[in-house]
Parts: sequence; C-alpha cells; structure tokens
Amino acid sequence: MKPEQNYIELFDRNRALIDSGSARVMNGLRERASECLKLYGLPHKGLEEYLHTDVREWFLPDWGMNLGRLDMRVDKAQAFRCNVPNLSTLLYFLANDEFACSQTASRTSLPEGVFVGSLREAAESRPEIVGKYYGRLADMDRPGIAALNSMFAQDGMMIYVPDGVVMDKPLQLVTLLQSPVDMMVNRRVLVIVGRGAQLRLLMCDHALSANGFLTTQVTEAYAGPGSRLELYDLEETHNANLRVSELYLSQEQDSSVEADYMTLHNGRTRNTVSVMLKGRGAQLSLNGIGTIDREQHLDIMTFVDHRVPDCTSNELFKYVLDDSATGAFAGKVLVRKDAQRTSSEQTNRNICLTRSSRMFTQPQLEIYADDVKCSHGATVGQLDERAMFYMRQRGIPEQEARMMLMQAFVGEVIGRVALEPLRDRLNRLVEKRFRGELSQCEGCRACR
Amino acid sequence: MMLKIENLHAGIDGREILKGIDLEVNAGEVHAIMGPNGSGKSTMSNVLAGHPAYRVTGGSVTFKGRDLLSMNAEERSHEGLFMSFQYPVEIPGVSMTNFMRTAINEKRKALGENPLPPADFLKLVKAKRDLVKLDAKFMNRSVNEGFSGGEKKRNEIFQMAMLEPSLSILDETDSGLDIDALRIVADGVNRLRSAETSVIVITHYQRLLDYIKPDVVHVLYQGRIIKTAGPELALELEERGYDWVIREFEGSVG
Repeated sequence: MKPEQNYIELFDRNRALIDSGSARVMNGLRERASECLKLYGLPHKGLEEYLHTDVREWFLPDWGMNLGRLDMRVDKAQAFRCNVPNLSTLLYFLANDEFACSQTASRTSLPEGVFVGSLREAAESRPEIVGKYYGRLADMDRPGIAALNSMFAQDGMMIYVPDGVVMDKPLQLVTLLQSPVDMMVNRRVLVIVGRGAQLRLLMCDHALSANGFLTTQVTEAYAGPGSRLELYDLEETHNANLRVSELYLSQEQDSSVEADYMTLHNGRTRNTVSVMLKGRGAQLSLNGIGTIDREQHLDIMTFVDHRVPDCTSNELFKYVLDDSATGAFAGKVLVRKDAQRTSSEQTNRNICLTRSSRMFTQPQLEIYADDVKCSHGATVGQLDERAMFYMRQRGIPEQEARMMLMQAFVGEVIGRVALEPLRDRLNRLVEKRFRGELSQCEGCRACR
Repeated sequence: MMLKIENLHAGIDGREILKGIDLEVNAGEVHAIMGPNGSGKSTMSNVLAGHPAYRVTGGSVTFKGRDLLSMNAEERSHEGLFMSFQYPVEIPGVSMTNFMRTAINEKRKALGENPLPPADFLKLVKAKRDLVKLDAKFMNRSVNEGFSGGEKKRNEIFQMAMLEPSLSILDETDSGLDIDALRIVADGVNRLRSAETSVIVITHYQRLLDYIKPDVVHVLYQGRIIKTAGPELALELEERGYDWVIREFEGSVG
C-alpha cells in the first residue's frame, strides 16, 4: 500500500480527534489538504525536485502521532539550556508541537498588538488574523509536505507584529523533540510582520531523546511593506532524525528579509524555501551552511520568484561533507517578464572531504525579463592542497590546518549573519563540530 | 653542521628529478643554488620542506643532527626549517593574525612551551612588521589574499622573522619583485642573519645575490650539483650564462 493511503485512512478515522485538539481555522483547511494529498501524493525520487531525497520513503514506517494530545511531559527548562551568549532573547518552546513560554518571556510584556504564542490559541482568540494568513502561502497543489502537514498539524506558533512595531529583542523558538517511542510531529509556524515592522526570529531545532523522529514543519512568513525580517533556522538534531521543512515567504514592497539555514548536525533533512518577491524593491538574503558526516543527508531546495521590478536576491550556500554524507542543493530563480532590473546572485560551494561523500548541485535560472543582472555559480571540490602545505610549512599541523580551512570556508556564510551574537556562537559551534566535539545538540542536557 | 644532504634522489609522479644531490651547509653560511629552468631547484626546496607530493627514493638529509626525511612538514618547521614560497598561497577566510598566532603557538607547543601571551604576540608582530615595512592593516586581512606580488614576498620574510628559523630556504624570492621591494626583502633577510642561522637562496638570476651575499654558490643541473665555488661564480654565470658550466661538466663526465 502506498504510504499516502495509510495517512488518508488514519486521517479519516481520527478526524474528530484531530479537530478537537486544534482550532476551527486550522480544521477548516484539512478537507482540502486531504484531497490534495490524494491527488499529488508525497514527494518521491521520480520527481525532479526530489531527485536526491525520497521523502515518501520516510513515511513508510507506521509512525505514531500524538493526535490525542497526551501530555508528553517535556521538561523544557530542565532539558534545555540555550547558550548563545550575549544574546538576550525572548525564549519560547515547541515541545513536539505544543507551545510553551519561558518564564522570562511570560513575564515580559510585549509591545501593544504583538502576539507571540500558540497557533491553536491564536486561531481561537484571533481568528481574523489567523484566518487571513493561515494556509494562504503554503502550496498544497503539488507534491510536497504542505498537504500532509495541513491535514495533521494541530498546533505550532504564531508571531504577529503589527504595522510600525519594532521588536528590539530577538525571539528564539526552540523546538524540542521528546518521546519514549518513535514519533511523527507535524508543526506549523505563522509569522506576520506588518508594514515597517521589524522582527528577528531564531529557530533552534533539537531532539532530546535518541529514538527516531519524523518532523514536518511548514512555516508561512509575511513581510509587509518596508518591513525587516530575520529568520534563522538552526538544526542540531541526531542521526535518527528525519526532517522535512517548507518555508513559504512573501515579501511586499521595500521589505528586507534575511533567511539563514544552518544544519550543524542532523540525520536526514530536506528543507524547501519558496520566496515570492511581490513588491518592488524587496530584498532577500538567503544563506545556508551544512556540516554533515557519517550517513547524514542534507537536501536544500530554494525557489526565488522575482515577480516585479527592482528586487534583489542573494543566495550563498556552502556544504562540508565528510565520511559517507550526501548533500544536494537545487536553486531555482525565476525572473518573470515584468521583473525588470532584477538583481540576483546565487552561489553554492561545497567541499567533499572523502571519496565516499557525494554532493549534487543544480542551479537553475529562468529569466524572461531582458534588463536583469543575474549570476550563479556552483562548485564541488576538496580542501586546497596548496594552502594545506603552506600552513604545514609554517608549523600548523595537518589536522589543525584542515580545521582552519573548513572553518574559513563556512565562515564566509556565517559572516553574512546579521545577528552578531549568533555569528560568534556559530563560529564556535562550527569549530566544535569540525573538531568532532559536537555530536548531538549543544545545549541539551539529555545529549551530554 | 646545519644541513647535510647525501646522494639525495627524489621526484614526483614517478619521475626522478633529483639524481644524487650532495650539499653541506654550516651554521652562519649563506648558500646560493642557481641553475637553468627545469634543473630541479623547486623540487629541491619542496623535498627539503616535506611537500607530501614528492617522493624521496634514496639518500639522506641530516638537519641539525636529526634525520630530516623522517619528519613531516610541520615537524620540520618546528625544528627550525623555513621555506619562502615562490608563489605564496592565498588563504581566503584565514586572517594573518589567526594564521600567525596558530603557527607560533603550535611551534611553542611542539617545543613544550606555553602559548605566547597576546600582548607579547602583538609586540612581536609590530617589531617584525617594521622589519619588512608591512602595514598593520595586513594583519586583519586574509593570508595573501589581494596582496600585490611585492607584498606577498614581504609577507614571506615577515613570517620568517616571526618564526625565527635556523635554516631558511628562499625559493625564487626575487621573482616578480621590483627593485624597491627586492631591497626591502633582502634587507629583511640580512638583518635576520646570524652565526647560528643559515640561508639557502634558490634563484635563477644573480640579481638577488647583489643584496644577499652568498658564501658559496652551487650550480644545479639535471638534478645534480655540477659546480660549487665562491660568490664570484654568480657573477660569472650572470655574464656568461650556464652553457659553459654545463659543457665543462659534460666534458668531465665524458
């Protein structure tokens, strides 16, 4: 039996249970989502966009889901100590898919009109907002994860920053996976940044228990006119972790967005980023690093849609692959006929440290406007042997020289991170990772 | 004795390039190794520095009484061997400061010493930069990235000054240098000379030897040293070229 059928049956059998653990606005999308899953199925290797990652295969096991919303007793404070130093954040948690507030965050009064909290709760208390934005960007009419996620997601997080409000403190959302048995988690994040508003959001993805997890995460983010949004996604999970994430981002006129993906430790990961530049003068900086080894797998696909004139997009993704790790990057840029004076740059550089590591890279540009500045570049190579010898001649031991070169390689991406304390933290985390000291998630007591 | 090379055979990719080198360098001496293109000059410096791509197929090299060939590149450096590269390598993303601090402290670690305190490191950098007139701004830049030809060579001598080697091999240090840069580089080398340190200058032209006066001049040809004489040999080679030495050598071996 195809896994899709399994999930559709599971959905049909448990519809009442799913609905009762969620909210009306979210429930309203489920029927269509299930139709879409029937029509388009789960993404598999036969599709060009999933050539290197058979996501459907991940769904074959009979994953448990906590649809009855039993208390999983995830002890946030005990389990997690975030140590991004000098970074004072308002800290929130998604324990599996259930929202929780840190003590400090719960005591802090947010600027007027700002909402940070459970998506389910928001759907009840602010249906006018959630109803307007939920499920509007996520594309279910194609093979992907949005349909299945919309069928089963019961909660998640919503951040709403109204027009003109600047959130001084960065928000940090720590997603924790903990369960006594293998489990599937479907969570949803909704981010709305109003006209001229500003938000910095750091999402840290961790797994606290060592058993298998399959997570689907769909994030819909709206950057209003003249707004500034920084979105950092940091994955530090473990080898038994499967993650499929989709980010749908829509940018209005003169908005400026930075979205950075940092996969420091994982199992198998597929991240899809889809950006719609729909207002003139919108600027996007989209970056990522992947440090993967053993049998780890990281597949990132980006799609940047230049719909209107005068927008800028800049992409830089770098992977370092060790052992038998496999990586894939596909970057699609579409410049529509009217999108004159588009400026778009895409770079993907990769280092394979071993013969058994594999990297697949595919830049893809579709340009229909004539007055544009677009460039792309992709390379797969090894560490520079000449630099290695030069450093060793100066007395730097081979291992140390390798370390420094790898760090310098990904350092270019980290240098683009706008949030300075995070930059420092990343440099240290990456160094630890390359030294083999970061085997699981930094900051999780369970993994120490 | 600083360096003793006996019947050294070495090559790369299965091709033998050095075919029996004999050379002795005493402490305090400057030796020049000259020779036409393709004679094996660069191979010799790479083999001495421990480049992993080169294979030694015979002979021995003793450096300060120790077997040089049993050490890897970084160990040779820690023991006090320095090579100034003909083409210094650019290392994007690694700052000069980080690079130099790591090099100094790795050497100290190998010698069983504690890391150099940051203030002392900065003082040392300042003193050695002055020696080759290297501006402070270079320390924050990536190693050799965007440096001009002259700046790269001055940077090589700066690093040499920082690491205080007992034996320095200058591989074609004069290539790509204008006369002012050449003077600065040579001046730096001369001020680092002492009774305890030795220098091997590998060069195609006599030009650099106007500024760094050698005690002994060797001619390298087809992987062998075919003539050894005093500093006057360099001048003679400049005037008459290499052909006469080669003819003399081929006559002698028949």
